[in-house]
Amino acid sequence: MVRKTHPEPGDPVAGNGILSRRIFLEGALVVGATGAGLSCGSAEPLTVQPWMKVPGSGFAGYGEPSLFESKVVKVFPPPPSPAGVGASRTPLHLLEGMITPSGLHFERSHSGVPDIDPDQHRLVIHGLVKRPLVFTVEALSRYPMQSRIAFIECGGNSQALNAPQAQPLNVTAIHGLLGCSEWTGVRLSMLLDEAGVEPEARWVIAEGADAAAMSRSIPLAKAMDDALVCLYQNGERVRPSNGYPVRLLLPGFEGNMNVKWLRRLKLTAGPAMTKDETSKYTIVLKDEKAWQFVFPIEVKSFITRPSPGLALTGPGFYEISGLAWSGNGSIRQVEVSADGGRSWAQAALQGPILPKAPVRFRAAWQWNGGPAVLQSRATDDTGMVQPTRAQFADERGLRGVYHYNAIASWRIDEMGEASNVYA
Amino acid sequence: MFTLKRIAVCTSMLTIASASLAQAPQFGQPIAPADIAGALVGGMGTLAPDKTPIKTVGSFWPYATTLFDYVRRAMPFQDSKSLTADEVYAVSAYILNLNGIVSSNDVLDAQSLPKVRMPNRDGFIPFPRNPK
Repeated sequence: MVRKTHPEPGDPVAGNGILSRRIFLEGALVVGATGAGLSCGSAEPLTVQPWMKVPGSGFAGYGEPSLFESKVVKVFPPPPSPAGVGASRTPLHLLEGMITPSGLHFERSHSGVPDIDPDQHRLVIHGLVKRPLVFTVEALSRYPMQSRIAFIECGGNSQALNAPQAQPLNVTAIHGLLGCSEWTGVRLSMLLDEAGVEPEARWVIAEGADAAAMSRSIPLAKAMDDALVCLYQNGERVRPSNGYPVRLLLPGFEGNMNVKWLRRLKLTAGPAMTKDETSKYTIVLKDEKAWQFVFPIEVKSFITRPSPGLALTGPGFYEISGLAWSGNGSIRQVEVSADGGRSWAQAALQGPILPKAPVRFRAAWQWNGGPAVLQSRATDDTGMVQPTRAQFADERGLRGVYHYNAIASWRIDEMGEASNVYA
Repeated sequence: MFTLKRIAVCTSMLTIASASLAQAPQFGQPIAPADIAGALVGGMGTLAPDKTPIKTVGSFWPYATTLFDYVRRAMPFQDSKSLTADEVYAVSAYILNLNGIVSSNDVLDAQSLPKVRMPNRDGFIPFPRNPK
């Protein structure tokens, strides 16, 4: 008898039907093991559809999604909420891969989206510098640029999971304040070096050109490390909703600090204590104290599919798919569970695995038609493990609103419907 | 004395936490406090353990200067950056007065505003896991 040292593709490796990730690593489909093929019919003759009989439509100056994808849109509060105030959320459960299409990237705005004429826009660097400088967009475009793929997550993402009872919400409503783009721009350190930072400077106050003039204080060390003054998003100029013509990227830091419509960088000795770093984006703990200046998004993941609204159609093989990310580095591993965290198996990570960028993870699952609770748990390369909800609450309570990163759970019922639960 | 000129435009951003709100017809869905413009007045004592924090200027904000900073950059909502510096000090003083932090006879300006001691001035601690 041959003793197996490694699970074969299709072997169960954790409770309630989680199969070996070798299906993804080796591309071996295991129809026999899963009991059913996934194609929708056999040897049915193809039909000649109307669109095969006449020429299609002409070219477009700027492409749009198929008419049949009209439900893949951002979600935002209807009137009487003031237009452009608050957030629009990304339907991450309807997307794949790691990049968010620019038109679907979430928005968080405090006083609408300004229509900025790039010829009139200016970026100023002043305060504790030897040479105060002003840049046109044209001037910024002449500096050496670099690109990086990075996530931006609102510090308020997933805050619904602080609620005492699990709410009947889907991926968009819970986790939809996350996006990932290829950002291209000028290293902020290059511009600061040109201005000549005075030795007593410790902070950079970044201000946007929107009606709210949204402003945040950024540690100088971050500005000099990997901050990027972005002109491009996914190959084209940054979208107005994401900061056209110039936005700040602080890889891994909470979204609010990545100031959009960037017009001012003031070097100072101390933070400005703006509204969004005192009254907002601070975390009330279990006692009366609150954490202030909570910069990095800590390791986090969630399952995009299956999820509420994406019901399973019957027992059989399903891919569990999701996103994992860390503002402190790269994702080292993601584990999935189908039994509410009693047993775990490693998911396959789809490359490229980049620091401060989301990783798409996949796991193979044989659903037996019974109840299941699906979870994912990410670990980053600093060794930080995504906490359980109980561990998260034990450290800081559930009054903090911001930076919720605990393990999330979808319950699958016998009908195949998924719902948000605490497990 | 501070002037209340143009104060009408500011009332749109002024919501007051009040128990009387609970007496209105209750057909609406609950909204998370962070989803809307938060209350600016009241909420004192709500940071205590096991209470739901109502984070207002009076109960939560650590610095009075944040009021000046925010009003000057972002208010009035429909016509931001339209107030004179004196008017911004007046609005700041008005909200601080509603919270019982300054008296209606106090004069707030560049010298006096930074000296206003906020009730929750010592309520904040740095996040322990920021990058070095």
